[in-house]
Amino acid sequence: MEYLPKFQLFRPLSVEQAAALYAENDGARFLAGGTDMIVNMRRGIETPAALIDLSQIPELGDIHEENDGMRIGAAVTLEQLAAHAAIARDYPAVAEAAAAIAGPTHRAYGTVGGNLCLDTRCIFYNQSEWWRSSNAYCLKHRGEICHVAPGGQACFAAYSGDLAPALLVHDARIELIGPERRRDIPLGDFFRDDGMDHLAIEKGEILASVMLPKASAGAPSAYAKSRIRGAIDFPVAGLAALLTLRGGGIEKLRIALTAVNPRPLVVDGTDAFNGAEVNDNMLDKLAELASSQAKPMTTTTVSPWYRRRVIGALARRLVARLAEIE
Amino acid sequence: MTTPINLTVNGRRRQDMVPDNMLLVDYLRETIGLTGTKIGCDGGECGACTVLVAGDPRHACLTLAVGCDGLDVETVEGLTTSGRLSAIQRGFHEKLGAQCGFCTPGMIMAAEGLLRRNASPSEQDIRAAMASNICRCTGYVKIIESVQFAAKALAK
Ligand SMILES: Cc1cc2nc3c(=O)[nH]c(=O)nc-3n(C[C@H](O)[C@H](O)[C@H](O)COP(=O)(O)OP(=O)(O)OC[C@H]3O[C@@H](n4cnc5c(N)ncnc54)[C@H](O)[C@@H]3O)c2cc1C
Ligand code: SF4
Ligand code: FES
Ligand code: FES
Repeated sequence: MEYLPKFQLFRPLSVEQAAALYAENDGARFLAGGTDMIVNMRRGIETPAALIDLSQIPELGDIHEENDGMRIGAAVTLEQLAAHAAIARDYPAVAEAAAAIAGPTHRAYGTVGGNLCLDTRCIFYNQSEWWRSSNAYCLKHRGEICHVAPGGQACFAAYSGDLAPALLVHDARIELIGPERRRDIPLGDFFRDDGMDHLAIEKGEILASVMLPKASAGAPSAYAKSRIRGAIDFPVAGLAALLTLRGGGIEKLRIALTAVNPRPLVVDGTDAFNGAEVNDNMLDKLAELASSQAKPMTTTTVSPWYRRRVIGALARRLVARLAEIE
Repeated sequence: MTTPINLTVNGRRRQDMVPDNMLLVDYLRETIGLTGTKIGCDGGECGACTVLVAGDPRHACLTLAVGCDGLDVETVEGLTTSGRLSAIQRGFHEKLGAQCGFCTPGMIMAAEGLLRRNASPSEQDIRAAMASNICRCTGYVKIIESVQFAAKALAK
């Protein structure tokens, strides 16, 4: 038998109810599809006293158009997102990223909210209780030292969600609903560069929806990831690009990375290419810029050196594809 | 903590009191005795536990039993009608899609889910729809042939 540690399950029908239940129950956590949360509970990493299931809340479950863009509810599944015609047309990187997550069964019930709130990952952490205990655990959970950088007090577990970079190049915003207030922030402000505490979410806040602004609709964009196998696996490095051209020169270029830092990251300095032509020389410089901002550590079976190279190669490949020069 | 649930399993209505922390796979195997659904890994990696919930493939090892309240759950046992194997079961039998057989119930349910959405899948469609399922034995060629056999049988 595979019984999980004991907890009380709640299945609220509204966001307000969910927030109230969270406030009333010490040690509560939210549950969406469970493709990260239940795995971590089975491995003894998460031991919530209460689980608040968000899957029965209708308002979180749809994608619709509003005046300023497309609103995607947090409980929308990855399969729904990948198959949505308007998303694929206007925000192609987002649809490509959704389709590249895990495998088809995971995408049938894994959600957008769960993907953005995904825990950070490391080969010393995403292991069974038995494995971790025989390795004296690690800083991120129960242990004293970090096996990746044993001298320090920081955790470098990599943020490995595929959607975030694709949403970031399209300037997505998110709506958070907490016990006291509702706030709307740029997705970029949701993440912190700390493998142990990577979400700037307040206690009890629910990620209610993602807003893809109209201003970036229709801008050519793409997402690609490197993974061990062609399906199921998390990225060892992932990159989204958005490129618009005007009169033969670059009008707007945005690059965002995942799986190489504790947070997804918009590459700084791409504005310097504005006005430039997309050519070999420019792509070399871009590849160098992107890979210099990737700071992978030995958190996967693949070496940091390789993952940095992959970031450079993906930047080159995707921007060449978007500029249609290949 | 236990919670009452009302659901159908392979078309039969059931009511049970289940612990909040019980996984669907344990409910199927331990409470109901349907041991066709397998556990092959410690969470979401292998697909051996794949069942259909409300017609969609789902990992029974990552799903809470209480979460299936009000829904239709289908397992490999539900495919056989009056002792006759279904098309997809015959496919795995005829094309030797099973070797040790441990991944087979999950493979069959993932394929069943596909065939209901798309009755004449291309090889690419089959590969894409079954990419959450891992087989330790067959090398996958026979599994793809098994699904193709079933699609042909259904077309007749
Ligand atoms: C074998 C395997 C392979 C995978 N491969 C990939 C991959 O390639 N790429 C990838 O990105 N992911 C991958 N995943 C992870 C996962 O399937 C997806 O990220 C999925 O989108 C997670 O969503 P969920 O609904 O299942 O989240 P859950 O597991 O339900 O939740 C994840 C976390 O988010 C929190 N949460 C969920 N919803 C909300 C909300 N609305 N507000 C606040 N907090 C919330 C939960 O409390 C929990 O901490 C993989 C998982 C497995 C098991
Ligand atoms: S980076 Fe270090 S502290 Fe963080 S999960 Fe890995 S081993 Fe643990
Ligand atoms: S047992 Fe469920 S995926 Fe392996
Ligand atoms: S037949 Fe043995 S695991 Fe697939």
